[in-house]
Amino acid sequence: MKTDFKLSRRTFVKGVVATGILASGINPLHAATSSIQRKSTTELRGTEFHLDIVYTTVNITGVPAIAITVNHMLSAPTLRWQEGTEVTIHVTNHLKEDTSIHWHGIILPTDMDGVPGLSFDGIKPNETFTYRFKVQQSGTYWYHSHSGFQEQLGVYGAIVIDPKEPEPFDYDREYVINLSDWSDEKPQQVYRKLKLMGDYYNFKQRTVGDFLDEVKEKGFFSAFNDRKMWNEMAMTDRDLSDVTGYTYTYLMNGINPATHFKALFKNEEKIRLRFINSAAMTFFDVRIPGLKMRVVSADGNNVQPIEVDEFRIGVAETYDVIVEPETDTAYSIFAQSLDRSGYAVGSLTYDKNIAAVIPEMDPLPILSHADMGMAMNGMNHSEHGSMNHSDMDHSMMNHNMEEAPSSEKKPIPITPLEEKWGLHTTMKVEEPQYRMDDPGVGLRNNGRKVLTYADLKSLRSTKDDKYPDREIILHLTGNMERYMWSINGIKYADAAPLEFYYGERLRITYINNTMMNHPMHLHGMWSDLETGDDNFLLRKHTIIVQPGSKISFRVTVDAKGNWAYHCHLLYHMAGMFRKVVVA
Amino acid sequence: MRRKLITLLLSFVLTVPSYAMMMDNPLLYKVTVEELEKQFNDEKIVSWDGNIWIGYDINKIYLYSEGEKPEYGKTESEHQLVYSRAIAPFWDIQLGMGYDKNEDTEHSWGVIAISGLAPYFFETRAALLIGEDGNIGLRFDTEYEALITQKLIASPTLSTALYSKNTPELEIGERVSNLAIGVRLRYEITREFAPYIGAEWQKNFGKTKEYHPVDEVYLAAGVRIWF
Repeated sequence: MKTDFKLSRRTFVKGVVATGILASGINPLHAATSSIQRKSTTELRGTEFHLDIVYTTVNITGVPAIAITVNHMLSAPTLRWQEGTEVTIHVTNHLKEDTSIHWHGIILPTDMDGVPGLSFDGIKPNETFTYRFKVQQSGTYWYHSHSGFQEQLGVYGAIVIDPKEPEPFDYDREYVINLSDWSDEKPQQVYRKLKLMGDYYNFKQRTVGDFLDEVKEKGFFSAFNDRKMWNEMAMTDRDLSDVTGYTYTYLMNGINPATHFKALFKNEEKIRLRFINSAAMTFFDVRIPGLKMRVVSADGNNVQPIEVDEFRIGVAETYDVIVEPETDTAYSIFAQSLDRSGYAVGSLTYDKNIAAVIPEMDPLPILSHADMGMAMNGMNHSEHGSMNHSDMDHSMMNHNMEEAPSSEKKPIPITPLEEKWGLHTTMKVEEPQYRMDDPGVGLRNNGRKVLTYADLKSLRSTKDDKYPDREIILHLTGNMERYMWSINGIKYADAAPLEFYYGERLRITYINNTMMNHPMHLHGMWSDLETGDDNFLLRKHTIIVQPGSKISFRVTVDAKGNWAYHCHLLYHMAGMFRKVVVA
Repeated sequence: MRRKLITLLLSFVLTVPSYAMMMDNPLLYKVTVEELEKQFNDEKIVSWDGNIWIGYDINKIYLYSEGEKPEYGKTESEHQLVYSRAIAPFWDIQLGMGYDKNEDTEHSWGVIAISGLAPYFFETRAALLIGEDGNIGLRFDTEYEALITQKLIASPTLSTALYSKNTPELEIGERVSNLAIGVRLRYEITREFAPYIGAEWQKNFGKTKEYHPVDEVYLAAGVRIWF
């Protein structure tokens, strides 16, 4: 057997225990709880579905824990729909608390969107809510609870919609690759710890040794000056992920690294992998060493195919790729967390007994002045986002504003929105840049072809799409010290709804005034992202806004009602949220 | 009047928020024992320094307590109960009452303080105290954390106090009363539980020195806990 698991001792021990329990078939909680053991994820097809939201005993880390699942599956069952059909989904709540299901990225009437308080009242315990809507799109999507922290506890699954027309690409076999993060800690506990100590889970912080190394390299004053801005703002360049592998086990299709998910192929087959990031808080950097991945679809929408070695998938994004494995070879599907504190992994293999060699994780990413929203003179706009750290650090005097290519046309009137800079904002970027060709912190200049938004162009032409009528600017803001997140410095509880006008074409520009990536998700309407070519705007439902950057997209406001609009990081969501009213 | 004020403060801080706020801004508490240590000095002191808070993102109530017990001598302690409100991204303003106690006497203060994170990551608190006898004091503490490794953390501290008058019962003298500079090296077994060793230099000045002569360097061992 060619198996070569390179796992940390902790993961290894976890895995052994988990496997042991699986093998012996003993339910350690059998007498202690009424929750039922987990079942393996299956696919449900057709037009009518029954989903039961239930408590389920899972054992992901070697310790039994109670998850909240759909039909006792983690991930939840994959729902396979057909474009053009009407689907009916009966969701029954067997919990002691309210629940809900939101169909992420699906275009549907507002009362079917599944956001408690906005689209409906939520599903009370022992009640069934029936969703019914027409499927008007195709591709890879997902669904999840929109109640409390249930998403962290396991209520997420894939949606695969087969198109009416044949796909413009060939493949012989397909797999859903659903990435997620699991913690045995209760989500309320995780949130409390973050509020008490924002860097609780960060065990990759700057040390005195890091500083001394820099002193050795550059001399004391230079090293001190490099730190100056960070220190004065009480911020750190190691602030990558709020919640890390310290508490998370990263899962691929609900399976931990030690148990190891396996996707089988027959020789000569082309495989379509439908990647979904269902994590609560984790961005993954995905690659399959030895294979080029041809990206054919992003957030369910077909794109002009592009070959890459690696892509970053933000929380709630989806990417479809096609790979052509060589005969009799096992490949690692490797998804390391952005902060390199762990990974989800599986194998794409020709033999179920053979797992691929797991690659080493990349070095720890370090945030740069660019990620603080400083202008970058040294940024090299060649091919896949090459940014030179040393250049960037000296370029703060150069304010070479780079406008998005698509905004060169006639000016778009801006509707001013209320902003509050103070208590809720520890940072305001000075020179936010469009960084479409920047693969992001930790992926720059890594020797691999890394996907960027600039690489992605819609397959369908957007040439005739309406030019925006107006624009709004949304500042993504936060106070990391107090762990408070907001938009325009105003948290959801204190904010007036955003008003969109039915029939308008709206341009939205985000400016990220924080050190973290935020995956922003507008419900109910497509987000047409300006990736460089107005004729092929990239149709998405979730947009990563890189630290210190700005990014613009357009929305055809074609869906009346109340819509949720928020950061999809679970512990940011309550504050970094807006109600959108379309009237 | 005073009771009304306290009731008003409590209701202000602890008002039950809406559902949306509960998700975003839950009622939380934190108990911190910053220092609980045995000092290897002449008086063989056992000392503590900690606080408890309960509240929300912006509004909290803090109870601070610190004190020391020499092996053969009287226990001295200082306590403050304050309403704390965030007024800047990194800073809280605090209003409330102080209560100093030793075996011979007790003393009340009105307290106005600022507490927060200064640039360069200095955790800092400055409290202005207005005593019942008209004495005005300023107590200042600051602490820095230097990571040797992710778990081994050196934390230098500086604390000092100044007063406008002498209060001999509390062994407080006017002007700069005392200064303590120390460093503690802790090992975080978990974030919440960290034993440490430390060294500190303490000196009393002026009248304070006459009431209670202290000028010493000593070692200490203790534990830092929060939950």
